[in-house]
Amino acid sequence: MSTAAVDTAPRAVGLDPNRDPVNDFSIVAATVNGSGSQTANSTLIRALFKMGIPVNGKNLFPSNISGLPTWYTIRVSKDGYIARRDTTEVLIAFNQQTAAQDLAALPVGGVCLYPEDAKFERSRDDVTYYPLPVKKMIADLGVDKKLVDRVANMVYVGALAQLLGIEREAIREALSYYLGGKQKAVELNYNVVVASADWARDNLPKQDPFRVERMDKTEGLILIDGNTAAGIGALVGGMTVTAWYPITPATSLADALNEYAPKLRKDPKTDQPTYAIVQAEDEIAAIGMVLGAGWMGARAMTSTSGPGISLMTEFVGFGYFAEVPGVIWDVMRMGPSTGLPTRVSQGDVLKAYYLGHGDVRNICLLPGNVQECFEFGQTAFDLAERLQQPVLVLSDLDLGMNNWMTRPFEYPTTPLDRGKVLDAEQLKQMENWGRYKDVDGDGIPYRTLPGNENPMASYFTRGSGHNENAGYTERPDDWIKNMARLARKHETARTIVPKPVVDRREGAKVGIIGYGSTDPAIVEARDRLHSQLGLETSYMRLRALPLGEEVRQFVAEYDRVYVIELNSDGQMHKLLQLHTPEYATKLVSMAHNDGLPLTPRLVTDQINEMEQTR
Amino acid sequence: MTTAAKPGGPPAPKATVNKAGLSKPDYRGLPSTLCAGCGHDSIASQIIQSAFELSLKPHQIIKLSGIGCSSKSPAYFLSRSHGINVVHGRMPSIATGAMLANRNMLAIGVSGDGDTGSIGLGQYKHMLRRNVPMVYIIENNGVYGLTKGQFSATADLGQKLKYAGTNELMPIDLCLEAIIAECGFVARSFAGDAKQVRELLKAAMSYNGTAVLDIISPCVTFNNHAESTKSYTFGKEHEEILQDINFVQAYEEIEVDYEPGSVQEVKLHDGPTILLRKVEARKGGKGEQEGTQATNGEVRYHDPTDKLAALRLLEEAREKQEFITGLLYINESRPTLLDLERLPETALIAMSEEQLRPSREAFAAALAEFA
Ligand SMILES: Cc1ncc(C[n+]2csc(CCOP(=O)(O)OP(=O)(O)O)c2C)c(N)n1
Ligand code: SF4
Repeated sequence: MSTAAVDTAPRAVGLDPNRDPVNDFSIVAATVNGSGSQTANSTLIRALFKMGIPVNGKNLFPSNISGLPTWYTIRVSKDGYIARRDTTEVLIAFNQQTAAQDLAALPVGGVCLYPEDAKFERSRDDVTYYPLPVKKMIADLGVDKKLVDRVANMVYVGALAQLLGIEREAIREALSYYLGGKQKAVELNYNVVVASADWARDNLPKQDPFRVERMDKTEGLILIDGNTAAGIGALVGGMTVTAWYPITPATSLADALNEYAPKLRKDPKTDQPTYAIVQAEDEIAAIGMVLGAGWMGARAMTSTSGPGISLMTEFVGFGYFAEVPGVIWDVMRMGPSTGLPTRVSQGDVLKAYYLGHGDVRNICLLPGNVQECFEFGQTAFDLAERLQQPVLVLSDLDLGMNNWMTRPFEYPTTPLDRGKVLDAEQLKQMENWGRYKDVDGDGIPYRTLPGNENPMASYFTRGSGHNENAGYTERPDDWIKNMARLARKHETARTIVPKPVVDRREGAKVGIIGYGSTDPAIVEARDRLHSQLGLETSYMRLRALPLGEEVRQFVAEYDRVYVIELNSDGQMHKLLQLHTPEYATKLVSMAHNDGLPLTPRLVTDQINEMEQTR
Repeated sequence: MTTAAKPGGPPAPKATVNKAGLSKPDYRGLPSTLCAGCGHDSIASQIIQSAFELSLKPHQIIKLSGIGCSSKSPAYFLSRSHGINVVHGRMPSIATGAMLANRNMLAIGVSGDGDTGSIGLGQYKHMLRRNVPMVYIIENNGVYGLTKGQFSATADLGQKLKYAGTNELMPIDLCLEAIIAECGFVARSFAGDAKQVRELLKAAMSYNGTAVLDIISPCVTFNNHAESTKSYTFGKEHEEILQDINFVQAYEEIEVDYEPGSVQEVKLHDGPTILLRKVEARKGGKGEQEGTQATNGEVRYHDPTDKLAALRLLEEAREKQEFITGLLYINESRPTLLDLERLPETALIAMSEEQLRPSREAFAAALAEFA
């Protein structure tokens, strides 16, 4: 399956003659998984970024270590749009297996670079071809045989640099970034880039309109993926215990913790770590360690994906009922079991919210960009400790594993919220104390931590029925009372979880609700609906469950509210209908699930069509 | 029938006070709700006694358990300690997280043979592999008590149960599993042998690493019939005691009243000592004299620092369906998980906000990498 092939758009749409192709097009590098194309593609995107041009890169890759086709798409957008585009104009056809399909997906007037020494059929005459003598070029450079595979992809970087106008110095800087400044490796790769660029200058007359020009739109920004942002956020947010089990696409979050914890979290006096990171034997053990540490009073977390949260179910329900804090980053991927482990989806929403047995409703945070991945690194702990329950953060593969531009994260200004914890001194001032008493009327009880020396402090934490004093009980009235308090706590949660971000447009009759990594596509689609079709829309981006009163108000305001999400059944749409039963028929599900990041066109076309048929 | 008192109940009238300034009732828990005569209650009594004798501070102990009758018992001892009763078979991971978070606590875990040997076998093995510092007690009755009498994975071959019929599967020996997982403290005991349970418990509580105590603890309701190898009768008649064990705390002077030469002394971390006197194996049923020699006519001597000897001993016992109790294996040289994580002496939960956050400089430097 090619990325472009799944686009619903007809192929030969042609290039918009009114569109200025400078700094406004997309590139797709189709290569073989494991062929070392990652350095080449990363270098390309960062070089563009260093030229001040807004970019977004997405790796659309198969579940495979090496050998299968993979596509890296780079969107170059002078207007700063960062969603996946439905058409890519510049094709690097470096995978023979998919070359024919990839070529077929190019728009009229598109560009195709391919290795001249590989089998390739020029089956279209409405695109520009640039054949590259890759093998010969590498041979002429006398590259060490063992390194040939690693640097061969740099040939297309060099040729593209020449053809599009990517500055050589920017490429050198980007190479240095990815190769950790290792001079020898940088030189080797850079030499290939220069040789290829020179060859292209002398042998490939420019025949296409696509170009880049230096801008100043990325100044001060950083380029980072969501999982790394989340890892750094957690380290800033006071994480002390992490237990995790490998699973795509969550592994890189734990990798980031392993990489940055030693840099960020060593005790300056003793030089010892102020954290522990453990690779657990499975997800059940991972969440067990998290809850054990959370029960003790530590800020503990795990990172996983759908199959992992299902294994954690029993423990999460236990944590909810026994009121033990802990944080779970669910970097969502597609389908059951292994499903499509390298494809994006927002399919865990209902499961995550209700994860557990009996009447469980969890707190779910919904980061919509890398800034929020960073911020929620702390927010999740604050909420878990304040509310004394597991908190799930629903990120996804697109957000977590791809690189995004963002302003640099800010050092937090708010202190860590450790919630209602009573120490031995505070207990002394009290006549009596009950672990599960609702003293403040907000449903949130006070807790003591193990190690508290006040004889009143100890209690027994259990998943079985308990009364206000944590005593075992099976009395129906005790059960009802406790569940009513937990419901009250959930109402409190409604008011303290991150509020949605809302953009209301005057005169809009149509509302849009979205969340997570679909945001860039929705933002761009709204601009298009406005400029091309004259349709004004208001937009609410959800950032947490449970849903709050402001969501009801938003739905109330519009004639129709489209709920956009990446799953097949419209999971958030269903939660919204439950939340606002009186407006259930206003809510229109626009659930879409093909494993790829959402494109603006999908949103525009569907809303347009539905509005037309009204 | 054991004569050990049921834990809980009213406090004793005249209480003597230990070095922690506490009396024995301070170590008690709620009255037990287990069946009268259940072996688990005898073990709870010895936990109370051991903690009292060692003058432990209850607030520095955490009690953990999984699911089962056995796992209920933490409620019946040390009511001044924080306790947690988690999900079936997964207590080891909770203990791991808890000890990472606060290394200054003493963790006492109580589990059953179903909890540990079936659903929890994976977590058990990984806890051992990590050497999480804790006392891990298996109250082993060869049966599922709380779900009313199914076979557990430690039930001996050929055992019969009223509803479950005859067990045709080989048992899992949780002590063997512990030793091959490099556990550094492995002992087997019998709930009916209060003194041995107590001395082993005290040694285990003083050990730095995972200390496994597999205690045969008869289920009077579902598995105490005459042919059961996990019954009181069987235990009393077949128990072969490896050593006479005495635990000596660091602050007590060691007085050896054994014959010199026959006593093995094992020094634990921070000074306490275990004294082991070899005993001649007892054999046979009622009426046989104490002190007779083992079947093959030899006096059995076991060196608990010899891993292969411990494995051989258990393997032989398994073949012959012998019930051997005592300290099977001890090794203090393995680093614990906390050592491997290079955790500072200050517990992670005691870290100040300053220690929990990176410096502004380190933070800025990390972000600069992405520019
Ligand atoms: C519940 C769950 N957790 C994690 C994963 C991710 N996962 C896929 S393969 C794998 C490891 C396989 O290891 P191994 O059996 O050694 O095979 P190898 O890849 O080394 O050949 C993991 C953890 C998963 N698919 N499901
Ligand atoms: S059923 Fe057996 S194990 Fe459970 S409490 Fe009764 S005697 Fe003990």
